[in-house]
Amino acid sequence: MTALSDVSTHAMASARWRISEVAFWVLALACAFLFPSRYLIMTDIVRLGLFALSLDLILGYAGIVSLGHAAFFGVGAYSAGLLALHGIINEPVIALVAAGLVAAVLGFLTSFLVIRGADLTRLMVTLGIALLLEALAERFSDITGGTDGLQGIEMQPILGLFAFDMFGKTGFLYSLIVLFVLFLLARRVVHSPFGLSLRAIRNNPLRAAAIGVPVNRRLIAVYTLAAFYAGIAGALFTQTTALASLDVFAFERSADLMLVLVIGGTGYLYGGLIGAVVFKMLQELFQSITPQYWLFWIGLVLVVIVMVGRARIHRLVLFVPNLIIRQFAGRKAAVAVPESEAS
Amino acid sequence: MTIALETRNLEKSFGGLRVTRDLSLKVMQGARHALIGPNGAGKTTVINQLTGVLTPNSGSILLEGADITGLSVHRRVLRGLSRTFQINQLYPDLTPLETIGLAVSERMGRGGDWWRRMGTRSDVNAEIAEILSRFHLLDVMTELTSTLPYGKQRLLEIAVAIAARPRVLLLDEPAAGVPESERHDILAAVAALPRDVTVLLIEHDMDLVFSFADRISVLVNGGLLTEGAPDEVARDPQVRAVYLGEAADA
Repeated sequence: MTALSDVSTHAMASARWRISEVAFWVLALACAFLFPSRYLIMTDIVRLGLFALSLDLILGYAGIVSLGHAAFFGVGAYSAGLLALHGIINEPVIALVAAGLVAAVLGFLTSFLVIRGADLTRLMVTLGIALLLEALAERFSDITGGTDGLQGIEMQPILGLFAFDMFGKTGFLYSLIVLFVLFLLARRVVHSPFGLSLRAIRNNPLRAAAIGVPVNRRLIAVYTLAAFYAGIAGALFTQTTALASLDVFAFERSADLMLVLVIGGTGYLYGGLIGAVVFKMLQELFQSITPQYWLFWIGLVLVVIVMVGRARIHRLVLFVPNLIIRQFAGRKAAVAVPESEAS
Repeated sequence: MTIALETRNLEKSFGGLRVTRDLSLKVMQGARHALIGPNGAGKTTVINQLTGVLTPNSGSILLEGADITGLSVHRRVLRGLSRTFQINQLYPDLTPLETIGLAVSERMGRGGDWWRRMGTRSDVNAEIAEILSRFHLLDVMTELTSTLPYGKQRLLEIAVAIAARPRVLLLDEPAAGVPESERHDILAAVAALPRDVTVLLIEHDMDLVFSFADRISVLVNGGLLTEGAPDEVARDPQVRAVYLGEAADA
């Protein structure tokens, strides 16, 4: 039956790995060897990319807006810090997972507040939760170190084998591997029936329920998963910098994350990663030109993106790479960024 | 004959407005039952209560004898009560393939699978292929729903409802807004619905109602005016006055 084979081919097509995706990850790994003096900023980018991936899971797939995603980042960061500081879990990978789980628990508990209501309600509730946690962290300074943050964190070698070095090479490779593993998991999830049901909910929650999708349960699940990812990103922050201070909860951190996704786009997983690279590079560039007024330029870039449209910018940026790709691999291999609706 | 779907003394008010008045309706197993009534008669409110979008103030709803008044929307679907929407309620960014795929997965209880990729279950694929071909959607299955012609979207609307494999199907004005040239496909699809599926049709289009239904209930001001076989209803002077007469004037 040809219809059947057509259906299975097309149904699986979206989940197939593309050449451009492989190239992306090879390039990311190559950076470790190409720029040995830039580990710190690259680690920063990887962390931000993972954090943005987390927001993309709820925003790009399930349509949940959040202005308080730093809540989970912060909880992950402090959890990792406290675990290391008090020697509760010394091995970084296990501590990382533990910190992610703590954030996931918080995500699960707060999801019940977030899934109710429309976009504006969600923005306010998420913002409120992040502010609340920041205040709590300041109030309970005997645990968190208050405004001084957690001091004197000493990280043990990863798996007992790879010690963190002062140039940040171990930290970068560690972060990159964590990002890649979590990316694979996210990729698997979004191409599953579960992921499809999330997209259906974002498109039309009424209809999603009308075909038997338990809408609230799915939203709780993905919110919890995203909190886990954000917690891991926060834990990576603490582990690679040996710091955890109140700014992990800062509003700017949540807001920057939105900017990253505005730059990179949502709903195809790479938006957060590409957005993180572009955002950090712009930040570096503008800070070197005008250290005081770099926010002005970031603002300008945002306005331009919104006015010109992301699709047109993507075509422009990919014009030269695609010319080259076509020479070698033919027309079909050309890279295109899947467009999601602007969010 | 058993009763597939039943309402008992259903009441619903919005503020001081009684939109559903003491409505007791019985839809028999395998019936082709039509619910008609002039604009504002409260037909959509009834559908929304049947499907669980709205909760009635009092009264109860029974699906195959079991009380489902308190069940959520998706649980009713899993119990075998499915619907189409008067205005397309589809997923603009999803393809027909994905839309039907999701509905089939959910029905099989596989919608929560987060590890298995779409398209790797042959039983799901076979059913998607069967439904897409039955509703003439195979040729457009990889196109975004938002880009499909309106008639195709209406077909997809019915196909999604069928993919949930309902025992009772609520059709809310299936032919609404469809251009004349594409009407035939819709009517054929409605006529070809499996006989074992009980259908409650909500419709304005009298041609469709009288060609399709074997029983008609007339709703006026939220209450049941009369009920009977199509020819009885057509002859009923009350119905002619409030409904058919009005339609003839329009």
